[in-house]
Amino acid sequence: MTASVLAAGVLEETIRAFFQGLPIGAGFALVAMSFVLTYKTSGVFNLAFGAQAFISAATYYELHVRRDWSIWLAVLVAVVLVAPVLGLLLERLIFRHVHAASAVAKLVISLGLLVALPELFKLIVDYNREQPFGAVGIIPDGTTVYRLFGRYPVTRDEIAAFVIVVAASLALAALFRYTRLGLRIRAVVQSPRMTELNGVNADWVSSGSWMLSSFFAGLAGVLLVPTTSSLGTVLEPTGFFPIVISALAAAALGRLVSLPAALLGGLALGVVTTQMRTHVPRDNVILAELQGPALPYVMLFAIIVFWPAIRRQVAGADPLLGVSPPPPALAATSRSRGMTIYTRVMALAFFTAVGIWTFGYANNFWISRITHSVIFSIIFLSIVVFTGLGGQIALCQVTFAAIGAFGAMQFAQRWDVSVIVGMLAGAAIAAAVGAVLSIPVMRLGGIWLAIATLAFALFFHDVLVKYDWVGGSLFHGRGVPRPEFFGVDFSSRENFLILCIAVLVLVGVLVILIRESSTGMALRALRGSETAAESIGVISWRSRVIVFSVSAGIAAIGGGLLAMEEKLVGYESNYDPQTGLFWLVIVVVLGARTVEGGIQAGVAFVIFPELVLDRWLGLHGAWRYVLFGFAAISFARHPEGLLEHGKRRSQAMMQRMFARRQPAMAAATTGPAVPTAADPEGEP
Amino acid sequence: MSDALEPTAAPTAAESPAGATVAAPAPLVIPVLELRHVNAAYGPFRALFDVSLTVGEGETVALLGRNGAGKTTVARVASGLVEPTAGEVMVDGNDFTKARAHRYAKAGVVHVPEGRAVFSDFTVEENLTLAFSRTHDRSGVRDALSRAFDLFPPIAQRRRQIAGTLSGGEQRMLAMARVLVETPRLLIADELSLGLAPIVTDDVYAVLARIREAGTSLLIVEQHMSHALALCDRAILLDHGAITWQGPSAEAADTLAATLFDTGGE
Repeated sequence: MTASVLAAGVLEETIRAFFQGLPIGAGFALVAMSFVLTYKTSGVFNLAFGAQAFISAATYYELHVRRDWSIWLAVLVAVVLVAPVLGLLLERLIFRHVHAASAVAKLVISLGLLVALPELFKLIVDYNREQPFGAVGIIPDGTTVYRLFGRYPVTRDEIAAFVIVVAASLALAALFRYTRLGLRIRAVVQSPRMTELNGVNADWVSSGSWMLSSFFAGLAGVLLVPTTSSLGTVLEPTGFFPIVISALAAAALGRLVSLPAALLGGLALGVVTTQMRTHVPRDNVILAELQGPALPYVMLFAIIVFWPAIRRQVAGADPLLGVSPPPPALAATSRSRGMTIYTRVMALAFFTAVGIWTFGYANNFWISRITHSVIFSIIFLSIVVFTGLGGQIALCQVTFAAIGAFGAMQFAQRWDVSVIVGMLAGAAIAAAVGAVLSIPVMRLGGIWLAIATLAFALFFHDVLVKYDWVGGSLFHGRGVPRPEFFGVDFSSRENFLILCIAVLVLVGVLVILIRESSTGMALRALRGSETAAESIGVISWRSRVIVFSVSAGIAAIGGGLLAMEEKLVGYESNYDPQTGLFWLVIVVVLGARTVEGGIQAGVAFVIFPELVLDRWLGLHGAWRYVLFGFAAISFARHPEGLLEHGKRRSQAMMQRMFARRQPAMAAATTGPAVPTAADPEGEP
Repeated sequence: MSDALEPTAAPTAAESPAGATVAAPAPLVIPVLELRHVNAAYGPFRALFDVSLTVGEGETVALLGRNGAGKTTVARVASGLVEPTAGEVMVDGNDFTKARAHRYAKAGVVHVPEGRAVFSDFTVEENLTLAFSRTHDRSGVRDALSRAFDLFPPIAQRRRQIAGTLSGGEQRMLAMARVLVETPRLLIADELSLGLAPIVTDDVYAVLARIREAGTSLLIVEQHMSHALALCDRAILLDHGAITWQGPSAEAADTLAATLFDTGGE
């Protein structure tokens, strides 16, 4: 008797959780389908999707809440007008021109847009970021509660979201399955040139599909507003992150290409979330954590690592890729010895001048800025190691920097160890974490690696930092002392700057050593052709795990130094994942392939907003996000970075000045070079 | 033998750019395709130097030359895939120099690129449907599909298979089925025989002969010269991105042998 009553109670709870889970899952499914749609229609793993959703949601908010437009008019403008136009602009101005670029390059561009678009929107619209959004859905009286079967409560918003998502998924499935347009959209993604040979205007199809996917992003943004704001967040692009992560997990179930899998996956994950909250016991710490914010990250990570379909994914290459011109070589590999010596002398002179000025004349403010530049140069060298040498994107360098900072703090606070030892211990921990993290995902590489590392960064940010043994306790604070060792006191600004410069030199030399080592050579080979490299015995994932782990250690050393410089771990201002995205963008824009590139990025990151934007141009500091974000577009065309590109151009100019071109010679030497690339089969 | 060739053997393009076209039979009507003094490049690499040629109505032309001579680039310029850096491209007397590839296709100039030029993520049927759906409605597509499968029985058995998983020869057949079912104005075929079994090559050339009878002009890029010369009225020899000789196919074989072997070709 009691058993059956208990069972009935459990059953009722299960059903209730099921109905609570469906609307949440519908939100996941909508975002997941938008990801799949963008990926299917553009070949871009579009992280800027979050920015597009944000812009529509914020437009809706501006119009409906602050300017009192009617719901329907506001939705019309935000979703039906603004979103497709944004998609059209992105396609016309950016993505059309980078079709031949690698998936990783496109990911970097979308990251740049994710950083740039919301900031640009805020600067243009004068968007008030302080005011909380309030739960304003697109359905009148959306919070009205209905009771399914007389007992399970659902709101009008939830019903509307569910119905819209299901209807949208049916419409999309029909588009791809039964219409010519759907077939053409898929064809353009594979090869715009082949599609053109079939008499289809690839540009039009491409514009249309971007407008469609942007429309879905906008719809998702507006529909998810009640969900994100009920979490108590101010409407910010980062507010979408937990949902985006869950949605990515759903999209990953269908390898980013299956719309039905995204829909069912999203709904299932929503239901799983609420079922876990209902049934899993809370007395176990780990299980309790899984019911909270940790769940989406764990799900995503688990799916990426264990879902077999992802491992089998082979991207179909464009058979007419050979029509595009081949990428040029690094300038340093082809420049003359004289140029090299000249460049080095100039650099030495410049640094000597800066050094004399810093230690002789600069005030405290500028010494601190220069120290920051040096420290960020160290951190950015970790990106040079992994992205520049390895050719892969990891989005958790910021987390490793935070581990270094917290390591220095914890060791100093708890065991009274020298802060330098603490920093080195933090670096060792970061390297170990990096290795453990990367072993399962490094085999996948490409965008899956980027997604998995983003999931880890957000997991650290949302879950781990709250623990005393990671982020420190309120009682102790996050103070970090300046170091003192071998009897030298580095607590003064000047002495600490000298220490930082010494570390930078050591790390720079280390990076060059890695580049010239056999691991570095293996990485270069892998960047050329993974298949070819593996055929001569390079084990791709092993080389990558090694550099990933080294890169994590470097980032942690930089993070530790930053904490010492600021005398505390400024986690919120320095190490949140959004900042990490900007780090990556600025490094790849300026030059991820060389040590100079990393240092230039470090200087630009610190000095540019202060000096150029604020003092010279009188602009808001947020413009740096806009400028560098859009500059990420250049990554597709100049993967070596803008500075390297400039170097190469000036070098080409010098060569032109000194040598007359001989067309006949050029014909004899370069004529056959390209068609052979296009005739891989060779002469029969 | 070489005396007989004297009038048609043009000097090198560098000396007399117009020389190449002088030797071509002056067309009485407007040619289907005309390249006028075309240069082309891939980024910094120049691939074509002052190439001029015509393909007349119903004419079949073989484009011959060694690896890297620029044959594929000529084919790409002639179908809009590569925009020339100088010179003009005319289709039926209209200026197509700046036109994109889909406009060439709509004008009836179709191109079968070399290699496995199929949509590798599509099924066989989807590949063909994409090609046929521009000019046909739903039932027309069905008819065209069945004609394609009649033409190439091996791929008929694999109509629902993903194209990327077909063998190399089957992928070539699929790429050809896309264009051979219709009778285009001009068919540009790049290395059709590459990767095909000899017996299949014979079949393919039989199909080409049939669509030539139907009135289609042909521009055939080939390294297997015997097939191409047997099919074509005229041959054009490319070397280092420039036209070195053109004339009737009957005279081509000897000239080719002389040119290729004298200059150390294979």
